[in-house]
Parts: sequence; C-alpha cells; structure tokens
Amino acid sequence: MNLSNMLLMRNELVLILVILILIIADIFVADKNKKAVNYIAVGLFAVHTLIGFIPLKEGALFGGMFVTNSLVWGFKNILNVGVLLIILLAVSWLNKNSLRNRKIGEFYILIFSSLLGMFYLISSRNFLMLYLSLELSTLPVTALAAYDIFNRKSSEAGIKLILSAALSSGIFLFGMSLLYATGGSLYFDALTGNIGHSYLSIAGLVMFFAGLAFKISLVPFHFWTADVYEGAPTPVSNYLSVISKSSAVFILMITLFVTLNELKDIWIPMLYGISILTMFIGNFFALRQQNLKRFLAFSSVAQAGFIMMGMLAADHLAASSVIYFLAIYIFSNIGAFGVVQAVSLASGKENISDYNGLYRTNPKISLILMISLFSLAGIPPIAGFFGKFFLYTAAAGKGYYLLVFIAVVNVTISLYYYLLVVRAAFLRRSENPIPYFKSDIFTKIGLIIVVIALFFLGLYSPFYDYIDSVTHILNI
Amino acid sequence: MDILTLFVVVPVLTVFALMISKGIKQHRVVALIGFSIQTLMSFNLIYQYLQERAAGNNAVMVFTKDIMWFAPMNIHYAIGVDGISVLMILLTSVIVLTGIFISWKVDDLPKEFFISLIVLASGVFGFFISVDLFTLFVFYEIAVIPMFLLIGIWGTGPREYAAMKLTLMLMGASALLLVGILGVYFNSGADGGALSFNIFEISKVHIPVSAQKLFFPFLFVGFAVIGALFPFHTWSPDGHASAPTAVSMLHAGVLMKLGGYGIFRVAMFVMPEGAKYWANFFLVLVIIGILYGALAAIKQKDLKYINAYSSVSHLGLVLFALLMMNDIAWKGAMLQSLSHGFITALSFALIGVIYGRTHTRIITKMRGLLNVIPIAGALYVIAGLANLGLPGFSGFVAEMNIFVGAFQHADTFHRVITILAVSSIVVTAVYILRVVGMILMGPTTPEFKNLPKIAWYEKTGTFILVLFIVLIGIFPFWWGGIISDSVIPFIQNLH
Repeated sequence: MNLSNMLLMRNELVLILVILILIIADIFVADKNKKAVNYIAVGLFAVHTLIGFIPLKEGALFGGMFVTNSLVWGFKNILNVGVLLIILLAVSWLNKNSLRNRKIGEFYILIFSSLLGMFYLISSRNFLMLYLSLELSTLPVTALAAYDIFNRKSSEAGIKLILSAALSSGIFLFGMSLLYATGGSLYFDALTGNIGHSYLSIAGLVMFFAGLAFKISLVPFHFWTADVYEGAPTPVSNYLSVISKSSAVFILMITLFVTLNELKDIWIPMLYGISILTMFIGNFFALRQQNLKRFLAFSSVAQAGFIMMGMLAADHLAASSVIYFLAIYIFSNIGAFGVVQAVSLASGKENISDYNGLYRTNPKISLILMISLFSLAGIPPIAGFFGKFFLYTAAAGKGYYLLVFIAVVNVTISLYYYLLVVRAAFLRRSENPIPYFKSDIFTKIGLIIVVIALFFLGLYSPFYDYIDSVTHILNI
Repeated sequence: MDILTLFVVVPVLTVFALMISKGIKQHRVVALIGFSIQTLMSFNLIYQYLQERAAGNNAVMVFTKDIMWFAPMNIHYAIGVDGISVLMILLTSVIVLTGIFISWKVDDLPKEFFISLIVLASGVFGFFISVDLFTLFVFYEIAVIPMFLLIGIWGTGPREYAAMKLTLMLMGASALLLVGILGVYFNSGADGGALSFNIFEISKVHIPVSAQKLFFPFLFVGFAVIGALFPFHTWSPDGHASAPTAVSMLHAGVLMKLGGYGIFRVAMFVMPEGAKYWANFFLVLVIIGILYGALAAIKQKDLKYINAYSSVSHLGLVLFALLMMNDIAWKGAMLQSLSHGFITALSFALIGVIYGRTHTRIITKMRGLLNVIPIAGALYVIAGLANLGLPGFSGFVAEMNIFVGAFQHADTFHRVITILAVSSIVVTAVYILRVVGMILMGPTTPEFKNLPKIAWYEKTGTFILVLFIVLIGIFPFWWGGIISDSVIPFIQNLH
C-alpha cells in the first residue's frame, strides 16, 4: 500500500480530517461563541462534499476488504449531499437552545462519524469490515437520538435505538458466522458461488438479512422506527430515515445480488412476502397517525416495501432503479422532515391538525411540503414518480405483475394519507393557524436545493442514464 | 420549439407569469392572455393540419417528434397529432378560455386558482399530443392531481369529501392503467424487436392473445373510470357538484373525455384481440351506466347533480360507440366527445351563473327565472335542447352517428343493447324538459324578482360555447370529415 492507493479512501480521509478539525475547533471556541462551530462545520462539510465530486480511481485496499468504484463513489456523493442538507436544516435547531449550544460540536462530530461508518459500509467487500462499519455507523446515531438529554422521549429513543441495534447486530453476527461456516471465507468474492444450498447457509442468509432489515426497518423488524423517529431530535430522525436506511439498502443489494446470488430461490420469495407486508403495514399504520414525525416514520417503512419490490427482480434494471429511487427518496424525505422541523421550531407544533390553514400564513413552506409529499406519493412531474415507476418496471420485467398490482393499490392508500396533510395545509382554515415565521438562511438554502433536486432528478434523464451505466459494475 | 410542444410550454409560461403577477386584476388578465394565445394556437394547429393533409401527407400522425428520454428503458418523449387530437386540443383551449371568463370574480386565492386550472390544462394538452405511453401517463396524472386543490379549496358543499373521493378514485384508476401499460410494454417485444412504449410501434407487434386478454381490462377500466364507467362513476356526481363552476366545466367538458380518447387511442389500438374478447362484457356495464345515469338524473333536485348524471349517461354513449367497433360508431364517439364537451361546459357555466344569483341549486326552490335573467335562461334552454339531441345542434349529429353505427350489428345481443341505449334519449328529454319547465317557466319566485343581470364576462364565455355547439350542428360534415379520416387507420388495425 502506498500513498496513491490510500487516495482510494479519499472520501473517508477528508471526512476524518473534517472531524479532527472540528474536535480541535470545539476545544478552542469559547462557550459563548459556540455558534461559530456551526459555520465551521457546515463550511468544512460543504468543502468535503465538493471534493467528493472529483473523480476517483477504482481499486481495492486492505486485501480486497475495501473497494472503490464508480458506483460506490457515486453513492457516496449522494450521501454527502444528503448529509449536507440535513446539517443545513439542523443549524437553526442547534442555535435555538442554549443547552444545545454547548454541545454543538458534539452533534457534528457524531453525525460525521456515523457517515464515516456508512462510507466504509458501502465500500466493504468483507463481512468483518461490513460488521465493523455497521457498528461505527450506528453507535454515534444512538448517542444523537438521546441528544436532548432533558427530554424524556429523546432519552427513550436513544435507549430503544441502541437496544434494537445491539440485538440486530447480534443476529447479524450470528448469520455472518453461519455463512462463514458454509463458505469458508468472509470475503464477498471468495464466498460468491461457494455457499451452496444447505440449512446452514439458508439460516445464515435469513439472519444476515434480519440484521440489515432492522436498519431498513422492514416489517417485522420495524417496531423501533416510530418511537425513535418521534422521540429523537428531528435532524436525527431525518438522518436515520434517509442516510442510514439507504446505505443499508445499498449494501444489502450488493450482498444479495452478487455474493448470495446462489440463494436467489430463497431470498426472492422472502423479499416478495416482506415487501407486501411492509407496504401494507407501513401504510395502514401511517393512516392513523396524528404526529407528523410518527407519520413520516410509517411512511418511510412503506417506502422500504417499495424498494424491496424493485430489488427482488434481481437484475441490472432492478439495481439501477433501486439506486435511482434511493437518491430521490433521500431528497423527498429530507424535504418533508425539513418542513416539519422548521414548523416545529417556530411554533412547537408537530400534529397534522396544527397545520390547518398553514398555506394562508406560510405559503412557501407549505408548497415545499406539498412537493415533498407528492414526491413520496409518486405524482409526476416530481422525481418520486419516476423513481416509483422504474421500481414497478423492474418488478414487472420479471413477471411479478401481481406484486406490482399490490404495490399500486398501496400507492393509492399512501396517496390518501399524504393528501390528509395537504388537505390540512391547503384546504382547511383555522381559527389560530401557525403564524407567519421566517426561517434562517441555512434552512432556506437547504429547502431550495431539495425542491430543485425534486424536479431536476426526475425530468433530467442523464442522471438516470449515469446510474444505469455505473450499475454495470455489479455484473448481474 | 415545435408546434405541439408549445401547447405544453405556453401554459407553463403562463403559470410562471401568474406567479410574479400581483393582484386579482393582473392575475386574470395574465390567465386570459395566456389562454387566448393558446386558443389562437389551436386554430392555427387545425389550419396547419388541414394544409398538411391537403399537401398529401397521409401519415397517421403528423407533426411528429421523437426525443429519447430514458434510453435504458426506451422511453421517448414522442408526440404527434391526427384529426381527432387537434379537435380535442381546440375543445380544451376553448373550454379553459371560457372557464377563465366564468371565473372572473374568483376572490379567494385567485392566483392559486388560475395556476391550478392551467396546470391541469397543460396535463390535458400533453395527454392529447402524446404517442408514447410513458409520456401519456405522466400527463394524465398531471391532469388529475390539481383537481384535489381546485375542488378542495374553491368548492362548495362537502368539498373535502368530494375532492378526496375524486382524487383517490382517479389515481386508483391510474394505478390500473400503470399495470396495463407495463404489461403492454413487456409484451411489445413479442415479435423479437426491442421493448417499446410507442403506441404505433406496439400496434405493429403481435402481442400474444393471452396477454391481451389479461391486460386489456386494466387499460380499459383504467381509462374508463375517468370516462365514468358504471360502477366506477361515483366520483363524478360528487366531484362535479362540489367543484367551482370553471372546474366542473373543465372536468366534464375535457377531463372526462380523456377516458374515451385513451381507450380509442391506446387500449383498443394496441390490443385489438383483447378488445374483441372483452367487448360484450363491458357493453353490459356501459349500458347499465347509460340508463342508470339518465334515470338518476330524473330523481335529482340539485342542478349540478342532474348535469353530472346526465354526463355519466352521455359519456356512456361514447364508450358504447367505441365498443361497437366500426368506423361510423367511432366517428360518432369522437363527435360525441367534442359535442358533449361544449354542451356540458355550457350547462355548467349557466348553472354557475344561476347559482351565483340565487345561491341555491335546488330546482324546487326556483320558478320562472326566464323572466328575470332572460339571456341566461334562454341559453340554458339551448344547452338543454342541444343535450337531448335536437337537430341543428351538435348532440344530434353525434348521436345519429353512434346509433347508425350500432345498428350495423345484426345479432340479437347488439340489437337489444342498442335499443336500450336509444331509449336513454327519451329519458334525457324527460329530465331536461322537467328542469327547464320547473326553474325557467311560470311565475317568478318572489325572492328572485330582482336578480342582477348577466355580466359581460359570463356572456362572453357562454356565447363562445353556444357558437361552437351551433357550428358543429350546422357543419357536421366538416368536423366529421376531419374525424373520420383519422378513425380509419385505427379501425383497420382492429380488423
């Protein structure tokens, strides 16, 4: 290994540098100037995001444990942009509370550390590496979920998240060791084609899958989702619902499509059932929610069901459409959470009925909310429609018309509850609506980027073409 | 920029102009200018189209353009028009234009009202120019979703319920449509070619008969829900009754036509075998809808409900004619779409005029309105007579063609169905004459003695619509000629 090889980890190295600078800055900035840490962190991360777009060589490190290719590089950039948006939206929340002020540095350090874990996660080509990076990505988030220590719900969210994460890691490790027992290696390459059909390997697959299903919050491993999303600070819920979920989907896809391809006849029916369950349960529970964060939690559970539907086609089209959908989903959900956070910060209100008459007092933010929700529901010409359409196409291409039919029925159900929010904000009037409020410049920039992305990513087809070209690397 | 894409671009530009305009006066002027341009463009399109045909261009679609959009899936932005689409485009621009006149006095959130209306219209225009199933589907959904806001914000009565019901039923229908479209797409390589979303490429492929039988109902029902097929018509009366006037006009006049048009252009065209297999089954549903709509209209007391059920019945005739599958009936179906578009828009506009003055739509509460608002009353009589198919108006020409086409089938099943359909005309006469008699004739109800006169913007809007109704009635061969040339390639594909 030499310096030029090390540059394959450029994303990770720059991020570590950012974290180190932040730690030092956090020490040297006086308590009363803590707000400055915000600007340092956002600035540094913006630079990091820009550096990320510089093309990267392809190659492997640590004997093949860590790889970089254009697919991974592209996905890391998507994650970077997502995290940048999340921290842009978090600034005003961090500034608001003097108690939080003192821990501003901590917030950024933890969130970047978790992102570092995600980077290693999607680059890993070895189960041990996969496990370590999964832990690195999860532990900081559990601390973040409990960030508002004096808020009982936040502490509860932290405990819930760490307990379920520990449980899922345990199951995951056990599945991993079973796969090791059957295949004799922890490297993806060495395992590919050497697993064979046996009860042992199937049990390994199921447990490995269950471990990741916790992160993606697939039914029946979704129980922690609503409570944690509701209790955790909104930026953290936002992070969990997009960055954490999409990285887990990404690595699940790589392992299923490539390494565990032999067990296709097992995991395809498994995904089929889980996809249907996840869509229905996510949607039916979302119908009844009043709290918007719980509402978005169940909506994100349902979205995971759609992703699984696309994934079980297990071909090139499936890979491209899943990644395309993830990229769009990240923006849509960040938009929705961003608005919820801005409103809750200004008024302390988080229930759907509180949004009655929002359009008449705050038209711009209501529009952004509508666009984000329509993107989640899949209404053209907003990007979410294209993402969903390609997922259906992937599933229908393999003849799963029944599943596509079930999915479109679910889209109609989901449209109902997304429209409930739109109805509150646009159709209803209220005696005491949420008064007009101004958001800070960071929130504005973040939400504007989201809106532009939501129109651009769908209508501008070269973005999909690019994803389609990089997924050829998977060789499926 | 080609002549067709402009039909989507101009509304989008109008929307941007509306966003930066300030005050209700500017809003409505901007909307009016935008749609005057659009209407002029539609006249120009018809002129250009006739020129093109006169010059000997015999292609099925003219002014075609094809841009690759999503290459990995062979999705194109593919557009083109034939005689039917250019007339539908004319219908849409005229109805939106008159709708803007009728909504001159919208005071609650006027900017948002016009924006939603025009976004909806841009979806409709896009639908009529698309020849690629993906593009078509995108535009279809763009046309449906603004209805939620239009009914929900500016509607009357149980508007939230109606808006939600309408949106969910139409989006549910589009879900069926999506399954059907994907089914067609993945069978479009049956002859060994590449998969395609282009309807003309697909029509050349022999899609396996089993697949046609499976997917035809998805496409048919998906389109027919918006064309008010029984038993999926229930969104229509509630939606129309709650919608503001211009939206009812646009919805009954244009949006419901997407159903018949889609079945004609897509479902029956790409899956002829499926169409033949399912035709009789759907005919039974359609005939129930025709009679049910007409009979339900007799029992209603609310003017808008009467007109809504009347639309269910009359649009049933469009589906009926399409399922008869011969050129005369199809010509009638397209003429009926056009004619009913103008007539129903006129009726809804006048109901809006009446409601704006009396603040009630219940027919038992109004008497002798002809004495106080003579112009509106007379126009309402014209709309009613045109609706029941009086010669000289457009309805007669259309229904004549439909029934002549339908009688060409000599078997008992079709005969019975046709006779039942013809009998609906009698029922139509009953409910229309009843309404006219109740609200317009007789001594005037005391509290309505001093109603304000019909305003200039209402007059302009309604006169334009009457003009078109009469034009179709007096020159049926001109309109029919444009349509029948364009029907032929489609009917040939079927046999």
